[in-house]
Amino acid sequence: MSATADITIVGAGIVGAACAAACAQAGLNVVVVDRGPVGGGTTAAGMGHLVVMDDSPAQFALTAYSRRLWRELAPQLPSNVEFDPCGTLWVAADEEEMAEVRRKEAFYREHGVKVEVLDEAALAQAEPNLRAGLAGGLVVTEDAVLYPPGAARFLLETAPAGRVQVRTGIEVNAISRDGTVRLRDGTRLAAAVVVNAAGCDSPLLTPDLPVRKRKGHLVITERHPGFVRHQIVELGYLKSAHAVAADSVAFNIQPRKTGQMLIGSSRQFNANSTEINQPILDRMVRRALEYLPTLGQLTAIRCWTGHRAATPDKLPLIGPSLDCERVWLATGHEGLGITTSLGTGKLLADLLLKRPTEIPAWPYSPERLAHGDAPHG
Amino acid sequence: MAERLTILVNGQPVDVRAGTVVAAALAQAGVTQFRRSLHGEPRGPLCGMGVCGECRVTINGQPHCRSCLTLCAPGMEVRTDD
Amino acid sequence: MTSHAFEVVVVGAGPAGIAAACTVADAGRPVALVDNSPWLGGQIWRGEEANPVQRAARQWLKRAAAARVTIFREASVFTVSLPQRLLVETPAGAVELGWQRLVIATGARERFVPFPGWTLPGVVGPGGLQALVKAGWPIAGKRVVVAGSGPLLLAVADGLKHRGAHIRLIAEQAPSSRVLQFGFALGRHPAKLAQGLRLKARLLGVPYRCGCWPVRASGDEAARQVTLTDGRRTWTETCDYLACAFGLAPNLELPRLLGCRLADGFVQVNEFQETSVKDVFCAGEPTGIAGADAALVAGCIAGFAAIGNPGQARALFGARARWQRFGRALRDAFAMRPELRRLAEAETVVCRCEDVRRGELERHDNWRAAKLHTRCGMGNCQGRVCGDAANFLFGWTNDSVRPPLLPVRVTSLLSPVADVNQNPTPPAGNQP
Repeated sequence: MSATADITIVGAGIVGAACAAACAQAGLNVVVVDRGPVGGGTTAAGMGHLVVMDDSPAQFALTAYSRRLWRELAPQLPSNVEFDPCGTLWVAADEEEMAEVRRKEAFYREHGVKVEVLDEAALAQAEPNLRAGLAGGLVVTEDAVLYPPGAARFLLETAPAGRVQVRTGIEVNAISRDGTVRLRDGTRLAAAVVVNAAGCDSPLLTPDLPVRKRKGHLVITERHPGFVRHQIVELGYLKSAHAVAADSVAFNIQPRKTGQMLIGSSRQFNANSTEINQPILDRMVRRALEYLPTLGQLTAIRCWTGHRAATPDKLPLIGPSLDCERVWLATGHEGLGITTSLGTGKLLADLLLKRPTEIPAWPYSPERLAHGDAPHG
Repeated sequence: MAERLTILVNGQPVDVRAGTVVAAALAQAGVTQFRRSLHGEPRGPLCGMGVCGECRVTINGQPHCRSCLTLCAPGMEVRTDD
Repeated sequence: MTSHAFEVVVVGAGPAGIAAACTVADAGRPVALVDNSPWLGGQIWRGEEANPVQRAARQWLKRAAAARVTIFREASVFTVSLPQRLLVETPAGAVELGWQRLVIATGARERFVPFPGWTLPGVVGPGGLQALVKAGWPIAGKRVVVAGSGPLLLAVADGLKHRGAHIRLIAEQAPSSRVLQFGFALGRHPAKLAQGLRLKARLLGVPYRCGCWPVRASGDEAARQVTLTDGRRTWTETCDYLACAFGLAPNLELPRLLGCRLADGFVQVNEFQETSVKDVFCAGEPTGIAGADAALVAGCIAGFAAIGNPGQARALFGARARWQRFGRALRDAFAMRPELRRLAEAETVVCRCEDVRRGELERHDNWRAAKLHTRCGMGNCQGRVCGDAANFLFGWTNDSVRPPLLPVRVTSLLSPVADVNQNPTPPAGNQP
């Protein structure tokens, strides 16, 4: 049925979509299969924050590269993708966190990322609804937000004509070592290479992948335009995101182009149900209210959970799988999949075609975790 | 049950019977358009029973209040089309 | 946030909920009755608490007022915090209600079918307009076209006429042959027959036409004209209001959130009105549209069952069966004609909260994909209006219920601080 496909991509989330778009750009014919709709898994559950992060040099390289690709794409994005270059505001609660602001500022400036430091007064002016008495903050001016399912759909629909075939509502049962994909209805899809971009489900199709589900909660509000102007994240977020063992919450709020706000964030391992965990939701909302006391009077319209596909070293898996050259991986992006999807797609296409990559690809190679030599841990 | 009270609708006093819901007070004041849709179309109450959200107005500064289920209270300030 | 615990919590204070709550209270058991409106009576008995007109409503509301029922008004159940705990938003903040048995009596809402112009102010549900009029909406001297489907159209036209409205036309989509058959079937329910005849008499001089339906409402800032058709010819009526809905759709959000099994679009219950979830009962329209009399009987059965009195519940099975037959006759008589699926044009808004048009929805093949990619159902009504419409237009099911079930203040999402009082003394009187 698709004997002409060069690549089968399992997963029509933003990562699968970006891989499909990059492969199609490179002249390959692609079939994308997903059990749900386009962008219906983790892509639908997350915030859609395009952010440069510097937990590690490799994380910085991939996020900065990807954000550059998003900004290049931005003029073409249709309105339903809701691209909004609102910037990220990292809030420092105290002098200790201000020291982190200055460290981050120096690092970002050195690497050509535009930033602006805010003192207490400038912070109050930038975000009047933040509580008084915060130390300051750092604005990363070129960070942005978008609506991830819309972006995934855009990437698939604007790929070069005829090169990408999307098949949704189709469950994949298995990926074989010979590069065929067996569907639930018994049919097979053959291609030169299969890419497992199934996110949280990727370990079900490629055994022994070091990918675990990390649960998150979000709340979305009614339209209250202008209540916050940047995506605001507490610098304590870094402590939360790093805390691997315990459940953690951090203040993270995102203004949507609709005037709505997304309130996050939480992180939990060993929590595979999709149900809302009231104690975690409670802690998450309380944390947000500590920073934005009047947020409590606004209207919440929906809460939900999602799972991030997390790896032990917080870097994605991009490249051929360990035991089979015809099965490739593009998974394990944890909370940064929306940002790093475009970089992932380009790296994957370049690696497939054995072209030089624009940033070093080895930090994301699946091999790294096999030898227990994670570069950052 | 002839008790009456006054609320403010877009700054104008409106005198209503106790037991009147805000949506009805707005209609008494001649308001037909309660809000504008995302694309700017006029909208007014549809379901009358707290389901559809089309009758949302700002009451005492709180946006997105369902006027069909909110009873008028003395001195209440109601704004439409905010 | 405060917490209260009750043996039985009843959600919804329409006929089913009132009957269930009174049944439990009369047995001396602690019971709470929760409703999101300021009044008891639900939609069908709206206004009866302040100004009783219907006999059954007067009797039951009087009984509820006398019973030891703790009533929470303007109280919206919005989520489940823990097993057997509900979170409820009230004007004074969120409240947690613990229960050992829960009775869901959330009733129904009007079903709207999109057509060009249905979003104009002045196009309103018949039940909705009646409810608003009872709460002070000025209707005297206004010209009203009542349209859609079901016996509610007649009751509403009567109520509006009584308050001085000029009813231009009652347009029933069902063919007259079916409606007549339904009229004959009422012979098995003498009370309903008499009710119908009285209505008919009071509406003397008001044209009631079967087999016709609205195709368009027009006007600049509000509906001023409605175009109707009987399938062969179309004509226009001028009006101040078009009161139009096509029967009722059950409120299934709470049972869905609790995981109750559904069948054919209604909550599945056993003979004791118990759902697939242990200790969760359901009565009234969520189990099948059959009207207030059916709801009263089912509410009593649920109440008896909830306090472990199967004998008295059983005694009511016969009455319930009779009203269920009435419900089936209702459904058959007022079945929706397929032409109604074609009223909405590509440019017609289906999701009013997010302004999503039919043409955008048609590019998708299920509710979830359409929601993700068009925002249909993501707005303030949480997919209630557009979900019912999409169900009718495309056969899609909106089964993704997410809390809060209704928009609430962000602070209401916080957990209660105090522990639930396990041995409650219900607050004296009718208000907590």
